[in-house]
Amino acid sequence: MSEPAKNNEPKVTAELAATYGVTADEYKLILELLGREPTFTELGIVSVMWSEHCSYKSSKVWLMKLPTKGPQVICGPGENAGVVDIGDGDAVIFKMESHNHPSFIEPYQGAATGVGGILRDVFTMGARPIANMNALRFGAPDHPKTRHLVSGVVAGIGGYGNCVGVPTVGGETNFHAAYNGNILVNAMTVGVAKADRIFYSAAAGVGNPVVYVGSKTGRDGIHGATMASAEFSEDSEEKRPTVQVGDPFTEKLLIEACLELMATDTIVAIQDMGAAGLTSSSVEMAGKGGLGIELVLDDVPMREEGMTPYEIMLSESQERMLIILKPGSEAQARAIFEKWELDFAVIGHLTDTGRLVIKMHGKTWCDMPIAPVSNASPVYERPWEPTPARDEVPDSVWDTWTLPLGETLEKLVACPDLASKRWIWEQYDSLVGGDTRFMSGQADAAVVRVPGQTKAVAITTDCTPRYCLADPVRGGAQAVAEAWRNLTAVGAKPLAITDNMNFGNPEKPRIMGQFVGAIQGMTEACTALDFPVVSGNVSLYNETNGEAILPTPAIGGVGILPDAMLAVGVAFRNEGDVILAVGETTGHIGQSLFLREILGIEDGPPPPVDLAVEKRNGDFVRGLILDGLVVSSHDVSDGGLLVAIAEMAMAGGVGAHLTGFDGQHAKMLFGEDQGRYVLAVRPDVAAKVEARAKAAGVPLSVLGRTEGTALSGRGGEMISIERLRKANEGWLPGYMAAAE
Amino acid sequence: MKAAVIVFPGSNRERDAVAALEAASGTKPYEVWHRDTELPDVDLIVVPGGFSYGDYLRSGAMAAHSPIMREVKARAGKGVRVLGICNGFQIITEAGLLPGALMRNAGLKFICRTVTMRVENTDSPFTAKYRTGQIVRYPVAHHDGNYWADAETVKRLEGEGRVAFRYVGDLGQADPAHNPNGSVNAIAGIFNETKTVLGMMPHPEDAVCALHGNTDGKPLFDGLVEALS
Repeated sequence: MSEPAKNNEPKVTAELAATYGVTADEYKLILELLGREPTFTELGIVSVMWSEHCSYKSSKVWLMKLPTKGPQVICGPGENAGVVDIGDGDAVIFKMESHNHPSFIEPYQGAATGVGGILRDVFTMGARPIANMNALRFGAPDHPKTRHLVSGVVAGIGGYGNCVGVPTVGGETNFHAAYNGNILVNAMTVGVAKADRIFYSAAAGVGNPVVYVGSKTGRDGIHGATMASAEFSEDSEEKRPTVQVGDPFTEKLLIEACLELMATDTIVAIQDMGAAGLTSSSVEMAGKGGLGIELVLDDVPMREEGMTPYEIMLSESQERMLIILKPGSEAQARAIFEKWELDFAVIGHLTDTGRLVIKMHGKTWCDMPIAPVSNASPVYERPWEPTPARDEVPDSVWDTWTLPLGETLEKLVACPDLASKRWIWEQYDSLVGGDTRFMSGQADAAVVRVPGQTKAVAITTDCTPRYCLADPVRGGAQAVAEAWRNLTAVGAKPLAITDNMNFGNPEKPRIMGQFVGAIQGMTEACTALDFPVVSGNVSLYNETNGEAILPTPAIGGVGILPDAMLAVGVAFRNEGDVILAVGETTGHIGQSLFLREILGIEDGPPPPVDLAVEKRNGDFVRGLILDGLVVSSHDVSDGGLLVAIAEMAMAGGVGAHLTGFDGQHAKMLFGEDQGRYVLAVRPDVAAKVEARAKAAGVPLSVLGRTEGTALSGRGGEMISIERLRKANEGWLPGYMAAAE
Repeated sequence: MKAAVIVFPGSNRERDAVAALEAASGTKPYEVWHRDTELPDVDLIVVPGGFSYGDYLRSGAMAAHSPIMREVKARAGKGVRVLGICNGFQIITEAGLLPGALMRNAGLKFICRTVTMRVENTDSPFTAKYRTGQIVRYPVAHHDGNYWADAETVKRLEGEGRVAFRYVGDLGQADPAHNPNGSVNAIAGIFNETKTVLGMMPHPEDAVCALHGNTDGKPLFDGLVEALS
């Protein structure tokens, strides 16, 4: 192979490479691979492909341990998104991905393009997106940046998702000081496709045309992937130009045009241009196909003048796709994209050389072997240390609890993590498409009907970061178990998960230990619950000035219901229903919200997760729901049993008279033991349900009945629903209004 | 009843409208691309919700000048019923089929929630299946739903019984707290002079079946089918 011509580019040295995040050892490797010094364009390409964000070099050895197989799995990790069989020849395609760093620097565009990127990952595989979800973590409410970030992120998610016409049906939002300098914006898209019409990214067919479609390329987002692979510092504001700008209108056109093209028989392979843009899409597609690729950048649609090969290859301009077409189908494909008023350009072809060759202005700017760049990135087994176990919280803490029960509950439901997020979700179009049965808040998981059918997918996102900090193994298992439980609580059969691993700097053994521990816990839970990982994303270096975020392995879970109308929500619906607790309550108080919000202590171990019990209890609850025996269903998580009941009462406007609590210690009310549900059933089926619990060996206790407009016990009224709602609904709007 | 749903680049509630029309009439409506210049022979034209042209420039402004809109206006002039929902309301208002304008919500934010409305006039095929004064609940999902017209126009709309729906409190009372977007006189939907064109911000098509948990929008489609079949 001839050496690329000496072009008008900066001379590459080890020192220059270091400023692009390439270590001295990695630079040596590049010299060995090429047998010469890389060109500036080549350095740019290798530096992003080997960045943590694109190469998973710190996480790969551990991710390999996650269970990824099962009879329901059509395609596991490694493609743009995971694909799972939902019967009748249909498949559900989904993935969750982070856009943390950009969202901190420019919250509106950062969050918006996060939504756009994850949508493309899903529709590039042939799916029509049917639902968006998001998992958001912000800093402490009293931190000066938090309000601005909440406002911008929510507007960005809404601005993009509403316009593309994919309903945003739920998610979760937490606040914690550990995210003050590094928020988390994790976006998830779920789509459906025919199982025999899935599109993959491996290129095939020497000579086949390489086609660029979508928006034009500009200078935005250059080196975004590299930014996402480094810690933040006070000067991060200066990185604003590396944040991409989204255009949801173009994305909507791109969805429709791609789905129209996919209905023809013209596509060999397709991939979106996400992180590292044209570089990663071309290198990965050719790499997976074991082929070479030659690109002529003069033919790339550009919206700025004088762009260099380096800039074109590294741009992260949004709403672009790369397609390998069957030969001779260019005209048919072009007509579709022209109908949708999108750019369409043949920019190269596949070769048998195994090399990435980039030409422009009649010169060669890059000529590199693809395999090592795409597959043989350095892999690091970073040193790690396990997280020390926390001591149990001594019973003496109870002496410090003086607040009456009603006021305790009122304070809990108004705390930032439990307060209603209505202010957020009312800014999202949760209904477009007309298939939304439940958005989150109405039920433990969102439920969206498969378009044109009876069956529905259930979707949830879950993680309890404070548990993960205290015990990453338990926290990792709990995140998976809670996702499984939330799907179960609406009546869905859990199928598979996508994981979004948000952690600090993996070069610190303590942080790496959190990652390793979470993977271990997740692996245990995924295996025990037959709930494999089919896609995911790793976001490391979530630190600012050396302060790491809480370890946050966000889990996106997907399940299936045979009929959307079988799903049940959390709301109490009738007077006189029997309220039942499923699962054993032992009063585990460590890491509970009660401990943090009422007693001001963030300590102790998180609750143990017994996966066999989890499965037994969940299978029991799901069976009841699918047999039509359950009116209302809610899992018991943050805040414990009494908070769960309060949420059911607030959702339905029906109160509860609780007699099953008397004489018990308050930790039974607010402890966060796992594997539990609260159900409301009609009185005429209560005995039947109790008998089924006994037969299944599931602990079941009668807590009371739905009744009136307040929560009450034998001692009289604890608190009215009106007061609870005022506290629960009031916090977030009040907080946000204080800024305006 | 034969119906056509106009599809613009960026329309996104055309599927909801098609489903509601098909469920009510038993016939799948035509979907007509904005660049077409002719309409099939239909009794009803629906301009659906979404973000035509990304709402760039101004909601509905560009779609109002799409080739198909000339034909939509011509048919409306001949008395063919036209229903504009959400972005469709914005488009047909920009196209001059209805007076006034839809401005940014008073709260400046996108709003998706179920609102309570009072049916103000049942003297049209759109509203014939409701009772005058009936309280109905439809979802809204919009950023630019703040209806505005000059005082004289509003007076005329009110005087001629051309306010179709009005935002009210749960018990039907006038209540500014239940006006989701700041619309003048809490107007949610209006008719043209002949009550053959209806523009409205809320979404009847997303309130037509058990899955939606709300069927308050169904009488609107049933009324059209009954009148136009």
